[in-house]
Amino acid sequence: MAELLRTPLHGWHVANKARMVPFAGWEMPVQYAGIIPEHTAVRTGCGLFDVSHMGRLEFPGTDARPLLEEVFTNSVSTMKNGQVRYGLVCRDDGGILDDVLVYRWGAGEFSMVVNGSNREKIAAWLKTQAGKLGNGSGAIDHTFDTCLIAVQGPKAVELVSGLFGTDVSDLKYYFARITTYRGEWCMVSRTGYTGEDGFEVSVANKLAAPLWEELIGRGAVACGLGARDTLRLEAAMPLYGHELNEQTDPISAGLGWAVKFDKEFVGRNALQNLPPGRPLRVGLELEGKRAAREGSEVFADGSQVGTVTSGSFVPHLQKSIAMAYLPRAFATPGTEVLIDLRGTKVPAKVVLLPFYKRSK
Amino acid sequence: MSNPATLRYATSHEWVKLDGDVATVGVTKFAVEQLTEPTFLELKKVGLTVKPGDEIGIIESVKSTSSIYAPVAGQVVEVNAAAVNDLAKVNDDPFGSGWMLKIQLAPGATLDHLLTAAQYDAQIAGH
Repeated sequence: MAELLRTPLHGWHVANKARMVPFAGWEMPVQYAGIIPEHTAVRTGCGLFDVSHMGRLEFPGTDARPLLEEVFTNSVSTMKNGQVRYGLVCRDDGGILDDVLVYRWGAGEFSMVVNGSNREKIAAWLKTQAGKLGNGSGAIDHTFDTCLIAVQGPKAVELVSGLFGTDVSDLKYYFARITTYRGEWCMVSRTGYTGEDGFEVSVANKLAAPLWEELIGRGAVACGLGARDTLRLEAAMPLYGHELNEQTDPISAGLGWAVKFDKEFVGRNALQNLPPGRPLRVGLELEGKRAAREGSEVFADGSQVGTVTSGSFVPHLQKSIAMAYLPRAFATPGTEVLIDLRGTKVPAKVVLLPFYKRSK
Repeated sequence: MSNPATLRYATSHEWVKLDGDVATVGVTKFAVEQLTEPTFLELKKVGLTVKPGDEIGIIESVKSTSSIYAPVAGQVVEVNAAAVNDLAKVNDDPFGSGWMLKIQLAPGATLDHLLTAAQYDAQIAGH
């Protein structure tokens, strides 16, 4: 097995007793004090996540708009400077290669954040598509040049106050700004993967530990990938490799809002002509505290109708929840199903997503 | 390592304390730490006859579901309902108030196949 990659904060994680696990080719903290207190910190205060494993791609020296319009299901042409947009990168057959964020910095100037596990695949895909279009040579991978720290929770705005060269409290949701931290380049976006307000902050590697420690000093709680997973599950955000993969499509995944059919893109034809009867992503709430796990089978009317893609007992809602793909006939909220947990069939019902939505 | 020398251990991370012919069974501190904070515990009922390796319970955390196995042969004679109802006992005091079941040893059953604390320390070393 190849050696695991380490983020600029690896030393801090180890020194602070994080449990380190392999994730997407990186050695990452899964938890420090515990998933439950970390999860709670993000819902009630502020949590910090090292997400430097996320792939950061840039498109220097070329107008990247035609390429991005071709590979991205959401609209690129309608983006404003500083705007961030979520969408999918699909194959010709509509299968999802990744879910990504596109950032617009200026006319023709864009960057992209991709899942750590898909970084090399997407970089290769962009190169191929750029070749086909005759539009530049694809993306440059800048993942190793900077760190990425997510500052998440209702107290995030208060916590970063005065930290950067320019105020970021006025930054709108899904907008980003280039500013400075300790006089050096810094990128701040009003984005996240927890269902809370917050920022994702990128600084040069040498400033990763100073920024992290300054935020800890201001009262942020270090959180690992364990809490990140339970937080995104409560917020019903899909995770690549679980709800999303090359065999799933954005429409069935409930991400149709991020697919714009009024433009051309790879996979458009397939997504407009999906065969009927594709199962849909649904939320499930289980009776009791036992958790469904990825792979747990879902039964209705005496036969298996689907499979759980993510599930856990979640700390904030204090419920056992799961996501699964179920046929349309069973996807209506209120539908009762059974989930097989190691031979015991536990009752569950289909519920509206998201499970958790923050109060504004 | 914090594994009491007076206990014996299964490779699957259960501990056993013998009083006469009744074995008190729990899971080790190491197992609880690996599992992360427990969110659910279900134990088999009093009266069940078990042999080593039989499932005697399920413990869940936010991240995972794990089986608890009988380390000895015998009959379940007591279940720690207080631990089932208050998982903090398992999390905070796995070798004490977080014990799980008592098993009356079957005739001729022993703890000889189980690890000593030193052997168990060696098993979990490096984690």
